Amino acid sequence: MQNSDIGNFETSNTLETFGFLPKMDQSEIQAQVAYILSNGWAPAIEHEHPSRSFDHYWTMWKLPFFGERDLGTVMAELEACHRSFPDHHVRLTGYDNYTQSQGSAFVVFEGRS
Amino acid sequence: MSESSYKAGVKEYREKYWTPDYVPLDTDLLACFKVTGQPEVPREEVAAAVAAESSTGTWSTVWSELLTDLEYYKGRAYRIEDVPGDPESFYAFVAYPIDLFEEGSVVNVLTSLVGNVFGFKALKHLRLEDIRFPIAYIKTCGGPPAGIQVERDRLNKYGRPMLGATIKPKLGLSAKNYGRAVYECLRGGLDMTKDDENVNSQPFMRWRDRFEFVGEAIQKAEQETGERKGHYLNVTAATPEEMYKRAEFAKEVGSPILMHDFLTGGFTANTGLANWCRENGMLLHIHRAMHAVIDRHPKHGIHFRVLAKCLRLSGGDHLHTGTVVGKLEGDRNSTLGFVDQLRESFVPEDRARGVFFDQDWGSLPGVFAVASGGIHVWHMPALVTIFGDDSMLQFGGGTQGHPWGNAAGAAANRVALEASVKARNEGREIEKESRDILTEAARTSPELAIAMETWKEIKFEFETVDKLDVG
Repeated sequence: MQNSDIGNFETSNTLETFGFLPKMDQSEIQAQVAYILSNGWAPAIEHEHPSRSFDHYWTMWKLPFFGERDLGTVMAELEACHRSFPDHHVRLTGYDNYTQSQGSAFVVFEGRS
Repeated sequence: MSESSYKAGVKEYREKYWTPDYVPLDTDLLACFKVTGQPEVPREEVAAAVAAESSTGTWSTVWSELLTDLEYYKGRAYRIEDVPGDPESFYAFVAYPIDLFEEGSVVNVLTSLVGNVFGFKALKHLRLEDIRFPIAYIKTCGGPPAGIQVERDRLNKYGRPMLGATIKPKLGLSAKNYGRAVYECLRGGLDMTKDDENVNSQPFMRWRDRFEFVGEAIQKAEQETGERKGHYLNVTAATPEEMYKRAEFAKEVGSPILMHDFLTGGFTANTGLANWCRENGMLLHIHRAMHAVIDRHPKHGIHFRVLAKCLRLSGGDHLHTGTVVGKLEGDRNSTLGFVDQLRESFVPEDRARGVFFDQDWGSLPGVFAVASGGIHVWHMPALVTIFGDDSMLQFGGGTQGHPWGNAAGAAANRVALEASVKARNEGREIEKESRDILTEAARTSPELAIAMETWKEIKFEFETVDKLDVG
């Protein structure tokens, strides 16, 4: 490879898991929600302004949806959070009470910065 | 009250130390040795000798034995089994009373179990295959400074394996150039980078200079990516005093994690450093230089599953386990066996994975399994399948060998990792569909497309990955 063929990699704000993949469409988001539900994890939504996205704690949207089995409900809540806070990042988490950790967590909507 | 009288002389070991009717106690420490005795010595005698020489016995009766209750303190050979496919050797199972060992000291356990007995003349070879640590003993050990769950929370990494790389060339870079290589990897998408094991504090790059530049690299990468980053600063040193001095400074420059070589540094240093990390909120990455000297011979030494268990007790948040898809492919089951010992809270006996005992780890935190060495993007789906989320996948050459450099190489690996995890979550069989998954992901990532092109000629390795589907 000649020097002129070498590409320039630009750093970007990538927000952890799935931050390097293209924006997910509706059905791709649904598949990840289904994965959280099928593992028995509690889906939870949180949001934060991009300027504070490095904080450990984002603001919770309502409470984690304990015992929720309906994919449509989770999708609707994600949309509702996004509509209420269009400038904020919106993250979906799957709380795993067995490991006391999060089995999944990724940013579904990026806020306008 | 003692009813024995003292009779000087040499007795056969099996009179005292071969107890086939013994039922081990829950508090006993159990060991399985693979024993190859000298010809014509009965198996029971050899097994009893191993039990004796690794516990209370010596070659001659001594009068002072009668001042204590050796029935309480002695190790007991309680079972003998054939080794499948090896008529020369056999498994000897030995039970040791818990009071033979100092609390919280794998050093003391190993000094007994793999001490003088390994040089014993009645043996041709001896290998410590497994140890069952009683839960009562485990509760006396500190274990990992943080553990998997705490590390994920500190670093905000969820739902996927973490991604790393060892900085290359391993020796010879100046501190500032080294920090550049770290920064490029981290800004490109790696979660952490690693000092090579033999990077300590050589004339070309003294430790203090390295720590300062690496600290700046971590902070800059965090600011630019919005993600948490780290670099395992290797504090393995000639003396414990020097090790702690470097650990203090690593904390000062803002690194979340340190690194230690637990076998060359030794278990005493390792346990001390793990305690220091727990008290100072630092993570601890453990390298395993020298392990192959100890664990590679099938009939002599210590199996790595024992060293891995000892490390979990001594303390470490990451431990290298091999990659399976690389040079250690034949060991997939065995590797999964000791990966379980690092991460699970209970591991049942499973001879197909080389696990000789049920092992209850209680509340001891788990250790991330580290797969490192000779792996590249084409291996990613297989690695995600084999090691699961609680692992650290490290691509050294597979990151820094990218034609566009470290940042693009890091991005290629990150895209491949996330595409694999996403596909797995969607329910796809990612080992079988690895080519499709990576090809799809490369459509929006020129970095991945070039990485796939660069390493595609490693045909043998790619076919090996495919073969694992049926394996």
